[in-house]
Amino acid sequence: MATTLLPDASPDASATTDLKSAKAARSGQLRLIWRRFRKHRLAMIGLVITLFLYLVVIFGDFIAPYGSGEFDADHTYAPPQAIKLVDANGDWGLHVHPLTLEQDPDTLALTFTPDEAQKVELGFFVRGSEYKLLGMISTDVHLFGATDPDARAVHLLGADRNGRDVLSRMIMGTRISMTIGLVGVSLSFVLGIIIGGISGFIGGRTDMVIQRIVEFFMAIPTMPLWLGLAAAIPRDWSPTTRYMLITVVLSFVGWTGLAREVRGRFLSLREEQFVMAARLDGASRPGLMFSEMLPSMMSHLIATATLAIPGMILAETSLSFLGLGLQAPTVSWGVLLQEAQQIRVIATAPWLLLPGLAVVIAVLALNFLGDGLRDAADPYKR
Amino acid sequence: MLKYLGQRLLYVIPTLLMVSIVSFAIIQLPPGDYLSTYVANLQAKGEQVDPALLESLRQRYGLDDPFIVQYFKWMSGIVLHLDFGHSMEWSRPVGELIAARLPLTIAIAGASIAIVWLVSLPVGVYSAVKQYSIGDYVATTISFLGLATPNFLLALVMMWFGFTMFGLSVSQVNAGTLIIAMIVLGTAGTAGLIRTLRANLLDELRKPYVVAARAQGLKESKLLIKYPLRVAMNPFFSTIGWLLPSLVGGEVIVSTVLNIPTTGPLMLDALLSQDMYLAGSIIMILGVLTVIGTVISDLALAWLDPRVRLGAN
Repeated sequence: MATTLLPDASPDASATTDLKSAKAARSGQLRLIWRRFRKHRLAMIGLVITLFLYLVVIFGDFIAPYGSGEFDADHTYAPPQAIKLVDANGDWGLHVHPLTLEQDPDTLALTFTPDEAQKVELGFFVRGSEYKLLGMISTDVHLFGATDPDARAVHLLGADRNGRDVLSRMIMGTRISMTIGLVGVSLSFVLGIIIGGISGFIGGRTDMVIQRIVEFFMAIPTMPLWLGLAAAIPRDWSPTTRYMLITVVLSFVGWTGLAREVRGRFLSLREEQFVMAARLDGASRPGLMFSEMLPSMMSHLIATATLAIPGMILAETSLSFLGLGLQAPTVSWGVLLQEAQQIRVIATAPWLLLPGLAVVIAVLALNFLGDGLRDAADPYKR
Repeated sequence: MLKYLGQRLLYVIPTLLMVSIVSFAIIQLPPGDYLSTYVANLQAKGEQVDPALLESLRQRYGLDDPFIVQYFKWMSGIVLHLDFGHSMEWSRPVGELIAARLPLTIAIAGASIAIVWLVSLPVGVYSAVKQYSIGDYVATTISFLGLATPNFLLALVMMWFGFTMFGLSVSQVNAGTLIIAMIVLGTAGTAGLIRTLRANLLDELRKPYVVAARAQGLKESKLLIKYPLRVAMNPFFSTIGWLLPSLVGGEVIVSTVLNIPTTGPLMLDALLSQDMYLAGSIIMILGVLTVIGTVISDLALAWLDPRVRLGAN
């Protein structure tokens, strides 16, 4: 502040201490937020699960025992295999019993039975199919799997119609499902801040018009609108383009909540003394908005954005489940659940519903995390 | 009240206009006009297309006109003759198709709202009055789970249980699938409403007038119902504003999963086969009905709560 008032003066002692104390106050607030957040037990659990899920996103192909396209025709609808620690001879070591396939001569129904006499040994850091870690390093080491690369495939969570490993596909699906929410929310964040900011900062007639538009978007059923927009994306476009457009579709409808939040904050901050001070100091309008007011509401905005991610994840899952979102060969939780659309399929292979469990866990974790952040965002309250 | 009514109805007009414009934009969104898609599909199947029919359709919808002219043609057809356009896939008027399926959609959405109300009122009140009891924790947990579970997943799981335990048939609509649909649709809304009602009632119960009434020896049940509950009941009407859009959206998915012949699956099929007049019309009708439902709930709220209607003046 001192340097702005006296541009010629060299930064004197008081200015530097000012800066220091400002920094201390800033980190102090972060520490206060963290302290308050830590007390919220569910939010901490949510944080841990969320961090874990994003680790899975980053190291997906290392954690997954198989690639998402690898299949084994003998393992169509193979059930989950149980991990055993001790075998019949009393020897220790992680292993599963390989499945043998039998066909009922009358009904032609396939049944899998574990072959107790044999075992497939499991281990950590085993060799499997090749992939690029972090998209750069070429390697074939996987976190766990059968120690012998030529052994029968192991399906800890069962296999699907084509004998593909459900666990591996769920892990790979985490990538798309967890990032689509993040990218979608970032897009609606930008839209929300700009539109909500203009609305709350300028006020008056502009505010009224923008609020009517926001209300309109909130009043029409989102799902049909999402479906209609997603259906317009040509089927033959590349998976990457489709992914980007789906996020655009999601955020196009999802920015309204954030815009409302931003507007409300701007309206209340406008009357604060530090904003008045900055205005008298000659700060420009955009400067006032972006360098004075926005930082002071950032913690609230991050909380709101976190609470918006689960909605996006649910929306992507529903769109893909209905066949209008992402499409195979892209793997997301919704695409995986598309396999489980028929009641007959669910009855023979209920494990195909497991990606749904991943959705529920992710959404719960993000909700708890967001709730905790919202409560902690204002450490001086109460 | 009259002034509030007038104001509220005045706001509806631009909203309805926007709904129709957005719906028409969705009709127009897919690349190429739908006639060329239609012709391409037919020719791919090796069928012949009658050029005279094509030309008459082209004329009727003015496919060579600019967006705004086409929009007005479509809208004037709807307003003047209830003509929503022609479904390519079904080769029947869109209006007829929708009219056959709309009643069931409305019935399911209405019944779901009734379920939401019937369940969340007692549970929400119990949760607030017996805060931090085991029942409260159970209700809170279930409502969190209800918010986190996608509609279609719940429908799938319930369908699976019904199928394996009770031999439920899902090949056509029956009482079992209808009940599942209503429960599934009710769950998400109930979860949200329980949380709102609980929070509102807790706020209200801490107010001094409640303490004063209690100190005067008013019976606890009477005390609860007479004032705090009436105030906390507001969200039952105000939440219809967000309940209806999410119900209508969820209905599309749940009906598709459960094979219930409502407008939902019809719209989905239409979108998948790019039968755009049918899809756009359904989106518009669902949007309009939602807006109307929201207005009715707003008016009910204003009638119940003088603060709302007087605040408008």
